[in-house]
Amino acid sequence: MDVSFILIILLFGAVATYFVGDKLASKAALLFSTAAFAATLYVIYRYNMGEKVSYLHTWIKRPRVLLNFQADSLSLAMVALTTVLTPIIILTSFGNMFPKTKSFYALILFMAFAMVGTFLSTDGLVYYIFWELSLIPIYFIALIWGSGDAESRKKAVVKFFIYTFAGSLFMLVSFIYLYTKTGSFLNVHLYNAHLTEKEQFWIFLGFFLAYAIKIPIIPFHTWQANVYQKAPAVGTMLLSGIMLKMALYSIVRWQLPIAPQAAAEYKYIFIALCIAGVIYGSILALKQTDLKKLLAYSSLAHVGLIAAGAYTLTIDGFRGAFLQMIAHGFVVVGLFYAAEIISRRYNTGEIADMGGIRTQSPKFASMFMILVMASVALPLTFNFIGEFEVLYSLAQTNIWFAVFGGTTIILGAFYMLRMFQQVMLGDKGTKVFADITFGEGFVFALIIGVLLFFGVYPSPIADFITPDLQKVLLQINQIN
Amino acid sequence: MNTLIAIAGLGILCLIAEIFNLRKAIVPVTIIGLLAILGLNVSEYMDLGLNTAIMERNKGFYNNMIVNNSFSMAFTGLFIVLTIFLVAMTPEFHKEHKAKLSDFVAIKLFLLAGAIAMVSFGNLAMFFLGIEVLSISLYVLAASEPKNVKSNEAGMKYFLMGAFASGIILFGIALIYGATGSFDNATIYSAVLGGDLPGWFFIGIVMLTIGLLFKIAAAPFHMWAPDVYEGSPALNTATMSTLAKVAAMAAFFKLMRSLNHEVSASYVAIIITVSILSMTVGNFMALKQTSVKRMLAFSGISHAGFMLMVLLNPPAMTGVLFYYASAYALAGIAAFAVILYVTANKENEEIYQFNGLGKSNPVMAATLTLALLSMAGIPILSGFFAKFFLFSEVIKTGHIAIVIIAIVNSIVSVGYYFKLILAMYSKDATESTQKAPMAYSIVAVLSILLTIAIGLYPDALLGLLK
Repeated sequence: MDVSFILIILLFGAVATYFVGDKLASKAALLFSTAAFAATLYVIYRYNMGEKVSYLHTWIKRPRVLLNFQADSLSLAMVALTTVLTPIIILTSFGNMFPKTKSFYALILFMAFAMVGTFLSTDGLVYYIFWELSLIPIYFIALIWGSGDAESRKKAVVKFFIYTFAGSLFMLVSFIYLYTKTGSFLNVHLYNAHLTEKEQFWIFLGFFLAYAIKIPIIPFHTWQANVYQKAPAVGTMLLSGIMLKMALYSIVRWQLPIAPQAAAEYKYIFIALCIAGVIYGSILALKQTDLKKLLAYSSLAHVGLIAAGAYTLTIDGFRGAFLQMIAHGFVVVGLFYAAEIISRRYNTGEIADMGGIRTQSPKFASMFMILVMASVALPLTFNFIGEFEVLYSLAQTNIWFAVFGGTTIILGAFYMLRMFQQVMLGDKGTKVFADITFGEGFVFALIIGVLLFFGVYPSPIADFITPDLQKVLLQINQIN
Repeated sequence: MNTLIAIAGLGILCLIAEIFNLRKAIVPVTIIGLLAILGLNVSEYMDLGLNTAIMERNKGFYNNMIVNNSFSMAFTGLFIVLTIFLVAMTPEFHKEHKAKLSDFVAIKLFLLAGAIAMVSFGNLAMFFLGIEVLSISLYVLAASEPKNVKSNEAGMKYFLMGAFASGIILFGIALIYGATGSFDNATIYSAVLGGDLPGWFFIGIVMLTIGLLFKIAAAPFHMWAPDVYEGSPALNTATMSTLAKVAAMAAFFKLMRSLNHEVSASYVAIIITVSILSMTVGNFMALKQTSVKRMLAFSGISHAGFMLMVLLNPPAMTGVLFYYASAYALAGIAAFAVILYVTANKENEEIYQFNGLGKSNPVMAATLTLALLSMAGIPILSGFFAKFFLFSEVIKTGHIAIVIIAIVNSIVSVGYYFKLILAMYSKDATESTQKAPMAYSIVAVLSILLTIAIGLYPDALLGLLK
């Protein structure tokens, strides 16, 4: 069983989910996504045993394009993140009644398929195709099942689509240019393309546009908050939990090793941009009155820090970025789920209209508290490990980066705790908050379990990814 | 060669069938006949020898009036497939005018004959004959609703402009004859190889270029297209924007490949200018349209601009052009099949007519969505690969700036394609819709499946042209 099996399960699952009909769709989707996770675990097990799990097949002869799905610890870690979050995200949607259920769940699985493909492909063109494919389902999910006024939703979603599509086209040009140089799309060949300094700069920029829009790094972030707010909770979780990790992962996998000189030369500029995003996101989060928007801006701050870590070109930065990617995936899904639960009961996203939940549902309040703590990177949570390593790597680069990057923790603690206070504490008022159900509690328990477990004992993941990160770093330094 | 004769014969058969009161048999017989001719074409293609060392074998007929090679055969196959789809939709579209059915089918077959002559000519006389047969069929089709003022306007406008363009093409041919002393492609080509041609040879090429740019509706010779597309009955708009455009583009390519041995810098400058102008004008005008037909007309103008890039380095681009043309035409057929269904019995083709199609007919809505996504160049659909192959080859020739402009244009195009998709999925229908006619559904689904299939196996098409 090689990695292509995971892809097949997800794609087949998407089709099957559509055809089992509206009633069973959610269960079928859960089944297939769990199966994909099980397959991922098995593949990881085989990979650890040293067996061959890659898949190779020629697709197009001229220009030469290969279906090459390569598994190393980095891609497997991201695939595992995708396949574990997908069933969780599907579970979170069980409380909602959607029209056209079967299309909804089929699109979620299809999106998971595209994202897993993005993480696994080592052929640039196939990678690009999966990258773009993941855009279509999220577009329809946000458009059809989103909330709020249809006109403004439409605007937000189209803006998102055009932004990301535009960015990735420049990545495509970079790939084509690299192909004319090397005659191959395979990443190992592209790493050794022997580009001149000027070429490296333009190619670096082409990739950067694609990634900066997706992550997003300022000034390319303007699509984000609106889409996060308007999309259904599931869409927001997919976007922030997994999809933007595609871009962060790609920085390490594609952008830095292909254009290492440019990366080294301009790293201060790009780190500065990322840190600016951190501060900007934190400050905007302070002013938000809408819960989902607040979480969106806080997410902007956190991913800015992750990207900064990746651009430091240090092993600590890389490892911190990867750990934080995984941790952020879980936390952000948990937080948006909490926001969704509140808005299901209160029918509002305004923080001012909430309050007094703790007295009615202490269980929910304490779980929410743990998520908030994890989000601000309190020690003993998974996020602390990642954020600490990233800040450490920034300090190695320039101490001021670390100082400004640290504002995510300080400001984050401030606005998250204030938000918690306003939402959870205070007077009960007239609003009734029904206690969370077993299913809802189960999802939270899962997420919190992961965050606390790896917060105390991160070495399984850290040890798993470090050797391959060192290889990437070696590749980068070799050329410099 | 046999395909051409068979198709002309089939057209005449259609006309005779009407006389003998066999109206019901016309469409089935035509489709079966076209399938048989497609088989004939494939067998002739096989005859050329797929595994020979000689990459491009030419086989001439009638003193090289017609020359068969893999290029002409491949395009012939594509044209026949397109015509089958168009003919299949004819009875449903003209169900109010049953008496004219044989005319509509026969004209489409003659149009097909013209298109085939345009890609398999070996002599400029044959080329001109082909282009006129195609054009005259189109003039008739454009004006085929005599009681509709707009259709009359479209036919008249198209005829006047088209006749003028034909004149310019003829002038160009005359100048080329003057320079080389022959109409025969091979002779002209050897004269070009010999070099030392008089200055008016290049003027001749430019005049031919202008005439053909008019036929493919590239800016700045595109003014007729939106009006003619809008005024013509929708099925004929589909014919123009798919079959006729692709045929003209293929003929253009074939002509320029044999006339330009090495593309001169001044000709490259012309092509780049026209290509950029076409893409930009087409896309930005399309953004403003509210009528779907006009929007697709402008989108077709921008696609013409994309396709023109193949003239930057013809020898390497044969496969690319064929792939692009197939992807564009098949997506166009799928899109028009849905448009025909939605706008039947409606007085206009405005975008709001598509509101709520996602709910009322999910299959047709999905088909149109996929067709538009393919035209916009979203991966896995063939439209993406068409652009990808094109851009890779153009970057190889070193024209990276035009690729960047084309990329920006692709982004702009998403804007208007999505307008239609948004209307289908995010708005509610204003009036109830009827069931989709069988013929439209089958054509729509088949052509979109083909679009996806050639996206999954691009080698199947690229391999046809060696």
